[in-house]
Amino acid sequence: METLWFCIVAVMVAAYVVLDGFDLGAGVIYLFAAKGTPERRMILRAIGPVWDGNEVWLLAAGGTLYFAFPQLYASSFSGFYLPLMMVLWLLMLRAIGIEFRTHMENPVWQGFFDVVFSVSSALLAIFFGAALGNVIRGVPLRADGYFFEPLWTDFRVGTNNGILDWYTVLAGVVALVTLTAHGALYVAVKTENELNRRARRTALALWPVQVLLTVLSLAATCWIRPQVLDNYREHSIGMLVPLVVTGSLIVMFWAGRKGLEKAAFLGSCFYIVGMLVGAAFALYPVVLPASTDPSYSLTIYNSAAGRHGLIVGLSWWIIGIVLTLGYFVFIYRMFRGKVKLEDAGY
Amino acid sequence: MDSALIVHRLHFAFTATFHYLFPQLTMGLAPLIVILKTLALRRNDETYNQAARFWARIFGINFVLGVVTGIPMEFQFGTNWSHFSRFAGGVIGQTLAMEGMFAFFLESAFLGLFLYGEKRLSPRMHWWSAVAVFLGSWISGYFIIATNAWMQYPVGYERAADGSVQLSSFWALVLNPWAWWQYAHNMSGSVITGAFVMASIGAFYLLWGKYVDHGRIFVKTGVIAGCIFSILQVFPTGDGQGKMVARHQPATLAAMEALFTSQPGAPLIIIGQPNAEEKTIDNPLYVPKMLSMLTYRRWEARVQGLDSFPQEDWPTNIPLLYYSYHIMVGLGTIFIAISVVAVLLLWRNKLFQARWMLWILLLCLPFPYIANTAGWMTAELGRQPWLVYGLMRTLDGYSKTVSAGNGMFTLLGFMGIYLVLGILFLFLVRREIERGPVSEAGGGH
Ligand code: HDD
Ligand code: HEM
Ligand code: HEM
Repeated sequence: METLWFCIVAVMVAAYVVLDGFDLGAGVIYLFAAKGTPERRMILRAIGPVWDGNEVWLLAAGGTLYFAFPQLYASSFSGFYLPLMMVLWLLMLRAIGIEFRTHMENPVWQGFFDVVFSVSSALLAIFFGAALGNVIRGVPLRADGYFFEPLWTDFRVGTNNGILDWYTVLAGVVALVTLTAHGALYVAVKTENELNRRARRTALALWPVQVLLTVLSLAATCWIRPQVLDNYREHSIGMLVPLVVTGSLIVMFWAGRKGLEKAAFLGSCFYIVGMLVGAAFALYPVVLPASTDPSYSLTIYNSAAGRHGLIVGLSWWIIGIVLTLGYFVFIYRMFRGKVKLEDAGY
Repeated sequence: MDSALIVHRLHFAFTATFHYLFPQLTMGLAPLIVILKTLALRRNDETYNQAARFWARIFGINFVLGVVTGIPMEFQFGTNWSHFSRFAGGVIGQTLAMEGMFAFFLESAFLGLFLYGEKRLSPRMHWWSAVAVFLGSWISGYFIIATNAWMQYPVGYERAADGSVQLSSFWALVLNPWAWWQYAHNMSGSVITGAFVMASIGAFYLLWGKYVDHGRIFVKTGVIAGCIFSILQVFPTGDGQGKMVARHQPATLAAMEALFTSQPGAPLIIIGQPNAEEKTIDNPLYVPKMLSMLTYRRWEARVQGLDSFPQEDWPTNIPLLYYSYHIMVGLGTIFIAISVVAVLLLWRNKLFQARWMLWILLLCLPFPYIANTAGWMTAELGRQPWLVYGLMRTLDGYSKTVSAGNGMFTLLGFMGIYLVLGILFLFLVRREIERGPVSEAGGGH
């Protein structure tokens, strides 16, 4: 039962990253890929009807985590107190950047919110990467299952961790590049003409960087935490992960060159899912490794909620997810196709 | 009290109070917008559509604020109240996760459709998307209230070996009797906010002499809904909540009424200042025996005063609790008076000419917000010193690893950001009001 909920949470997190990832990435390229107000409005229109729904995946994933693994939620959220609060601030700034920009046709007002939106998107991408980096690297858990991490200590990976050290910064950069490419591909799918060409070019230019960073981050991970390979050695099914990652990188390149936007975007989706599943697979059954003493690590067994709750939860979760997928399919179908500026809303 | 505790309480109280300013309008306006859309379809009248569109724009701005201030609430259970989360997550994780799965997805998905999709949808489908937004926000309200209700009156749980509580009965949790009364009272309070805001803006247009047709629709819809729900607010919902409190949190009731000594035929204090040091009420104005009648339906019934409870179980801030409660009840009474008079005027066809009444409606705008906030303060202060009533004290629930200094840092950060958000919100809403319901373009992307 715990394993099942572990998979469910992992899938929800992956859904969040894939979905909100493209509007974050669109935010990153927003300032330099889109020239002038009409093009910027195209990007905003491309993400406008969906970004809020995408962000709900974060809440729903968080809620599900809270429900299934309360101990993990309690200890990681209080331990990552400062960066999480900053994530919250960034999420707020970004949301008002998107929503309030269009309320006034004034260049100063719009210029301000453009920068707010774009910078907060980029910082969020980095923070999310660094967060994942922290979870893989391990945190200074104490015997009572709690910890508190300062923002940084000496930038070295050891037992005296800060949120930021060279490894987690690397993870942050990986996330930034990945999501930027992802967002660029989404923009390419949704737009035409100049903007579409520029978005495609951005994604292609990022491709070699992305490949390099993928290799680098994998090597770094194996170096600081050799245990991550254990699950792969034991269960050969894990070998699917590197196959998917490599395959999707190839698809991204090939489809990007050919101008097959949708295929390239799908490639990017698979790449992200592959990387995240790979990380989850490597950690399992640990969910928050301790850098202090491995026996303090939180696993799915010592952090899960009671059996009865987990079983009951499954029945409503299935109903909920079916409904949710229904809405999402419906919404994305309603707003499918390239964005046109004429059909404005309120 | 230790300073980390104070900081964490202030942190939560500040962000929750600010958050709740927005959902109450969301939940209150959503059904009123559905009514306007329905009238538009039925009467095939473009004025109603414009009216609905105008409120949808306000709704959209308000919703953004609700979302951005709501996300920190969810996080804070883990960041600021981690010991509480570890203790109670096995139970309230259910309702919180269900809120995400059943309400937020529905609401956010269809809001996009409702705000951006009018041109792509048939009128009937657009009506349905308004209904979906309404349902989403009301379902959201239910799950969060059920969460809060569990903290007020824990049910459906069992103790686990490690001291935490775990779910034992799902249905007991979702059908918590406390939650039903709280939900009914709270949703009715939201509709009061929606209705009074609508009437207030309508009154503004009528007094201004612009958009008069729309102004009439707003005032009419507002005062009728306001009248119905102001009455429901007191009876049966407020009365029902009061009985729950009397039965399950008698110490809270005693503190709300500042009843220091137990007595038969207890009086109902209308005005007066509780004096916690002397354990009396200064300058009281009261109705004899009324409290006994209201709580137990008998004039001579004995009501337990604070002296029947050990002092360590008394709510920690009795004066503020008492004032919050009296402000809520006082305003509730005033709302009934105003809206009943307004409806009578409407019925005699005099309302739109009665400038004095329009002025009153216009100036009423902030008071439902104050009443709702005061109501929450009553509920939350009344729960003290317990975080989960009878099970966990507030003192034991906060994040012990997060120091007062770190908490203060983020509290100040939130205050700064919320100040900016609040200013932006008022600015944008003011622009929408000035632009009026007729202009077609604008907003959106
Ligand atoms: C427009 C807002 C509004 C108005 C006019 C009233 N209330 Fe209220 N009240 C609320 C808005 C509210 C609320 C915000 O919805 C609360 C806070 C928590 C909750 O569930 O509902 C609440 C809570 C609340 C509680 C529970 C306190 C606790 O849990 O400890 C009681 C006993 C009452 N109310 C009773 C009344 C009575 C007798 C009223 C008569 C006039 C009244 N309320 C008017
Ligand atoms: C239904 C959702 C809510 C839940 C689950 C909830 C839960 C909590 C928690 C955990 C605390 C901190 C511990 C404590 O001081 O008792 C708290 C305090 C507080 N909350 Fe709420 N709250 C909710 C809604 C609200 C709303 C909407 C308001 C605003 C008007 C509010 C006002 C307060 C206040 C004023 C305090 C401080 C009480 C004190 O420190 O003595 N709450 N609440
Ligand atoms: C402390 C408790 C609370 C938490 C954890 C919380 C959480 C949240 C979150 C995460 C959102 C954003 C949802 C989105 O992205 O669409 C939100 C919005 C919302 N919340 Fe809260 N909330 C709390 C208190 C309340 C209360 C007391 C109510 C009302 C009864 C309420 C009603 C709503 C509604 C209707 C929305 C939709 C957005 C809006 O109305 O503006 N919340 N809340």
